[in-house]
Amino acid sequence: MTGTLPDNPADVVVPTDTVVPTNSVVPADAGPAAAAVVLAVRDVRIRDEVNDREIVHGVSFELRPGQAIGIVGESGSGKTLTCRAVLGILPDHLVVSAGSVQIAGRDIGGLTEREWTDLRASTISAVFQDPASYLNPSIKVGPQITEVLRAKLGLGRRAARHRAIELLAAVRLRDPELVYDQYVFELSGGMLQRVLIATAIAADPQVLIADEATTALDVTVQAEILDLLADLRERIGLTLVVVSHDLAVVAQLCDEVLVMRQGEVVEHGPTEDVLYHPRHEYTRLLITEHEQYGLERYLDGPAATAVAGESPDLPDSPEWPALPVRRKSPDRKVLDGVR
Amino acid sequence: MSDDDDSRPVLDVADLEVHYGLRRRRRRALHGVSLTVNRGETVGVIGETGSGKSTLARAVLGLVRATSGRITIAGEEVTGYSSQQWRALRRRGVVQYVFQDPLRSLDPDLTVEESLIEPLLIQGVPRAEAAARGRAYLARVRLADDLLGRLPGELSGGQRQRVAVARALVSEPSLIILDEPVSALDSANRVGVLEILKELRDAGVSLVFISHDLGSVVGVADRIAVLYQGEIVEVGPARTIIKAPGHPYTRLLVGSAPTLRSASASRAEREALRALLHARTEADLAPAR
Repeated sequence: MTGTLPDNPADVVVPTDTVVPTNSVVPADAGPAAAAVVLAVRDVRIRDEVNDREIVHGVSFELRPGQAIGIVGESGSGKTLTCRAVLGILPDHLVVSAGSVQIAGRDIGGLTEREWTDLRASTISAVFQDPASYLNPSIKVGPQITEVLRAKLGLGRRAARHRAIELLAAVRLRDPELVYDQYVFELSGGMLQRVLIATAIAADPQVLIADEATTALDVTVQAEILDLLADLRERIGLTLVVVSHDLAVVAQLCDEVLVMRQGEVVEHGPTEDVLYHPRHEYTRLLITEHEQYGLERYLDGPAATAVAGESPDLPDSPEWPALPVRRKSPDRKVLDGVR
Repeated sequence: MSDDDDSRPVLDVADLEVHYGLRRRRRRALHGVSLTVNRGETVGVIGETGSGKSTLARAVLGLVRATSGRITIAGEEVTGYSSQQWRALRRRGVVQYVFQDPLRSLDPDLTVEESLIEPLLIQGVPRAEAAARGRAYLARVRLADDLLGRLPGELSGGQRQRVAVARALVSEPSLIILDEPVSALDSANRVGVLEILKELRDAGVSLVFISHDLGSVVGVADRIAVLYQGEIVEVGPARTIIKAPGHPYTRLLVGSAPTLRSASASRAEREALRALLHARTEADLAPAR
C-alpha cells in the first residue's frame, strides 16, 4: 500500500452482496513502516484571537493508511476543534497558532480556498453528529451524492447515478435504488448517517474523520455504523479519525487512543495500553465511570457463556474475551503490566 | 395499609394495545403488552427509538388512551378513566413521573421549594409539614437547602433532574415512572442520579425505569422488560437479560453495547442477528421465553 487508492473507483467499494476481500488493500497490521504517513498532525495549537488565549495546547499524531485513531474527551476538551483544524474549517476567530498538519504529504498551512476544495472529499472527508443538517432537505439524497461524484471525479450523469447507487449499497442500505430517490425526512437517523458516509467516501478519500458520528443514534444502530466503518477500513483501507466522548466507542474501532482534556492531550497510546494501564487520572476516571454503568461487569466471568440461549437457529451468545482482541503484533502486548 | 394490599402488584398492565391515528393511518404503537411491577420492585423497560417505550409510560400516566387492555395501579383499575379521573389520580400522588427533560416536569416560575411543596399543599398537608418534607427529600437527592429559593433555570441540568426526582418523591407515591431520567445528563451527573435511584429501590419505592440504555438500567432494575417494535419480547431478571439474552433482538442489543474491550469478535454475530431480525416478520417473532 502506497497511500493511494486504486484508480478505478468501482474497485474500491464493492456492493455488499458481492463482497470479496480485495488484495489491493493492505490491512493495518502489515507493518506501519511499509506505508507513507497519510495524516500527520504535529504539535497543533489553536488560539482564540478574540479572547487572546490558547484553547488547544499541542496535539500530535500520525496515521498510515488503514490505521484508526480515536480522540476521546468531554465537551470543551478541544477534540472537535482539532478535527476542524485538520479540515481547515475552524471558526473565524480561531487560528492554528503553532504546529503543522500534513495531509497526504501536503502541508495545509498555506492552502488557498481552491486548494482546500481540491483536498476535501477527495483526500480527506468527514461526517458529524447530526447527519440531517449536512444534507439538503429539498433535494433527494441520491443526487446529493452524484453531485460529489460529478464535481470531484468528473463522472457523467449516468455513471454518477450508477456509482451513487453502488455507494449506497456499500454502506449497507437495504434498498439503494429506493433510498436514492428519497428525501431526508423519509429516512431514519441511522440511514441518514449511512447516506452521509456514502457521500463522504464518494470521492475516494484516504482519511475519514467521524466526529461523534454515532452519538445521536440508538445503540444497535451505533453498532451498525461502527461495524460499517470497521468494514470500510478493512475493505478499502480507509484511515479513520474517530472522535467521541465515549471511550468504549473508540476502543471498539481504533488501534490508538488520544485522551484530551481542556485542550491538553493527557494520554496517547495503543488502545490496550490506555485501557489497561491508564497513566493519567482522567483516563482512569473515564474507565471507572464506564465500568460503573457499562455492561462489562455483568458480561465478565465464565457464567456469561455458560448459560447461552438454546435457540438452534442462532449463533451462540457472544463470547466476551477477558482482554481485547486486536489486530496487532503480539510483542506489543502489555498484558504483564510491564509498563 | 393492609397486608393483602402489599401483596398486590403496584402496577398491572395486561394485554395493552395502543394505536395512533385513524383508519388507514392507524399505527400500532403497543401490542399485547403485559407487565407487572410488584410493591418495592424496580422494573426496567429497555427499548430503542420507535419501540413504544414512551407510549407505555404515557399510557400508564393516563396521557394517552389505551385502545384495549387493562391497567391497574395500586389495586385501582384505571383503564377507562376520564381525564378528570386521571388528574385526580395524579393529584393524589398515587403515580408520579420523571421525564428526560426536567424542565418538562418542573414549573419554570416556581422555586425549588414551591415545586416541592405544591403537590403536598394540594393534598391538604399543612404548609410547615410540607416544607419540612420538601427539605427532607431535597436532602435525599443530595442537594443542599440553599437551592430552595432558586428557579429551575438557575440550576444545572443534574441539579434540575434531582429536583424533579425529589418532587416525584414528596407525595410518597405508590409508583414512579421514570422515562429516560438520565439520558440528558453527563456521566458524572448520570452516576449521581443512578445512585439516588438505587437508594430509592433499596428503600422499597416501586419504580418503572424506562431507557434506551441497558447499562444505566441494569444496575438499578430488579427485572428488565425488552420492548421491540411495540411488543415485549423478553422479561427477566436484569442479570439474566444481560448474560443470557434469549430473543435475537435482546442479543443484538447486548452485543451492540460498546464495552471497554474489543467488540470485533462479535461483529459477524451482530450481522447474523441483524439479518435474522430483518427476515422475521412481526408475526413469527418468538414469544418471550
